[in-house]
Amino acid sequence: MLMFILRRLGVMLLTMLTLTLIVFALVNLEPNLKKLALEQNNNRMTQEAVDSWLEKEGYKRPLLVRYGEWLGNSLKGDFGYSTRFRKPVNEVMPERLVYTGILAFWVMATMVPGALIIGVLAGMREGSKTDRSLSVFSIATTATPEYVSGILFTVVFAAWLGWFKGVAKAGDVTFENFALPVMTMSIYGMGYIARMTRASMAEVMTSQYIRTARLKGMSFGAIVTKHALRNALIAPFTVIMLQFPWLLTGVVIVEKLFNYKGFGWLLVEAADNNDIDMVLACSLVSVAVVIVTQLLSDIGYAFLNPRIRVQ
Amino acid sequence: METIGAFAIWSGVTIQFWPVWLGLAIIMGLSYAFKHRLGLYGHLYDSGVGIAGLALVLFWILTAMFADTIAPFDPIEQFGLLKRKPPGVIESGSGIPFFFGGDNLGRDLFSRMVYGSRFVLTIAPAATLVAFMVGITLGLPAGYFGGRIDTVLTFLANLVLAFPVILLFYLLVTPGVRETPIPTTMAAVFFMFPIIMFATLFKTGYGSRPVLFWTLMGFTAVIGGWLYLGLVFNRDPLGIVGLDPNELNIFAAVVFASSPAVFRIVRGLTMDIKTRDYVAAAQTRGEGPWYIMLWEVLPNARGPLIVDGCLRIGYTTILLGTLGFFGLGLSPESPDWGSMINQTRGFIRLVPTIVLPQTIALASLVLGLNLLADGLREQSLKD
Repeated sequence: MLMFILRRLGVMLLTMLTLTLIVFALVNLEPNLKKLALEQNNNRMTQEAVDSWLEKEGYKRPLLVRYGEWLGNSLKGDFGYSTRFRKPVNEVMPERLVYTGILAFWVMATMVPGALIIGVLAGMREGSKTDRSLSVFSIATTATPEYVSGILFTVVFAAWLGWFKGVAKAGDVTFENFALPVMTMSIYGMGYIARMTRASMAEVMTSQYIRTARLKGMSFGAIVTKHALRNALIAPFTVIMLQFPWLLTGVVIVEKLFNYKGFGWLLVEAADNNDIDMVLACSLVSVAVVIVTQLLSDIGYAFLNPRIRVQ
Repeated sequence: METIGAFAIWSGVTIQFWPVWLGLAIIMGLSYAFKHRLGLYGHLYDSGVGIAGLALVLFWILTAMFADTIAPFDPIEQFGLLKRKPPGVIESGSGIPFFFGGDNLGRDLFSRMVYGSRFVLTIAPAATLVAFMVGITLGLPAGYFGGRIDTVLTFLANLVLAFPVILLFYLLVTPGVRETPIPTTMAAVFFMFPIIMFATLFKTGYGSRPVLFWTLMGFTAVIGGWLYLGLVFNRDPLGIVGLDPNELNIFAAVVFASSPAVFRIVRGLTMDIKTRDYVAAAQTRGEGPWYIMLWEVLPNARGPLIVDGCLRIGYTTILLGTLGFFGLGLSPESPDWGSMINQTRGFIRLVPTIVLPQTIALASLVLGLNLLADGLREQSLKD
């Protein structure tokens, strides 16, 4: 088990190094640097002025040297200077991450229980009316991306009913403020987890020990809660963990849609303005989230399911 | 400004779609009548979910085909007086109503929605197809041989999968990247895969029959080379196929983002199928590994791959919408659903209906594809 984790950690480090190098190369492409120069100074700069500015700021040195420099600084905890916000990255980033963290917490807190209930209800009697309607519901939610459902909710709840505002202010944890973004994100993710739970539940319900329990005369409710649930919830665990990377993409869309100034908004701002250090820091955070959740889901899966202990 | 009522709007829309209804009736009626002879496709007509999905998907395919007949206006023509007008307002010049109202620049939302299906239904299936070729060509050897090839390819696939899609698009689909040779190089690499795959397929399958083999290879070279020139370099000698630089950029980025997932599925399926008896039989006969992969493993993996293909076209549709939503890579004129959503969403408070046609169109197409995938899965499990 220890060797397994160590090997995975090694692969993780390699992945992060390669990805940051790729991002570094992409944000430092010639046209992007020119755009940055124009944006930082004035738009009517001549090509010579652009070149001399890039020279002066050190952007003309070899790529690998500068990547090494960035890497060295990042390892020391210094992620550089944001040209968009004109502040060090370390001052801008944590605040935004906290805002997104709050949003993500509420999304998970509504999505996971909802999805598990739907999945278990649909899977415990496979092929029943409940199962069919819940399955169609899950398909419909996975088919509606955030920028569609978010807009439909805004039309219904903000424009027609007038219950909520169409925008969400960062840091203001109230129901009016969070209802629309949280609903938008959790409904999109819910369908997928619910379908996995349903499949897992349906499989467990056909197994031998459930038949035995039924034959010895246990009530259906007791069978579901005492025997089936525990085993049926192992598989969705991995799926839930793997929802975190998806949450990142969702957060970017929803934050833009509702103008919520969190991490996703920061990423879009940084990428739009070719804010090199900020884009790199954002990619580092997102890639770390993806990789760490993958590792956790593997370990957790092995931990929950003794049959699949890794050698 | 004259307007027409809700009933007149819906009956008008229904009449405008007449080629679609006719096409749907013919296709679905004929298929239903002969469903027992049509294999898996025919079985779809036994499940409600399958029929619903198929109807939605066919509806949009036919809409894309007959867009010129259905749409009353040019999708990019602007009528200054009809900016942000509610549904049913009549355009005074022609006397034809804007069924779903005008958008922020006074363009007919109904016509734009109809033409929007064209963009999605050309790029999404084509990009998915290329992604499948890439995923299959790399996934088969990774799953079959295992070992070092597998380690390297899986690492590369995970690399792309560990990258948030949005960030990937923000870095890859920009005017800056378009000035560099990156999109063309990416497309040049990706479009090699279909040619390689077909060449290997024919070599392993018909290598012992020179006449047939060389004819097929000739076809592959001619058709592949023609598409290659047209799509990658935009230099089709006949001038039929061609992609604008921004479309090529989007195409390459979408293929890049979705092929690792296909790779994973193909790899998993191959690892499972290679333990079967018929593979062992082929190995004992002395068949080469590529023959086994392409003629024994691949045909037996087709069921899950078709289902995944349907889901993935839907997913690609969502991706294209995301690109439009963030205003990446598409011209502001382009009547694609994502851009339309992005441009109109600021006016929800003024005219709530302004965002509805494009959002509902996108959701219904993806829903159709997902239902179709579900119907296919259900029916293929029955056999």
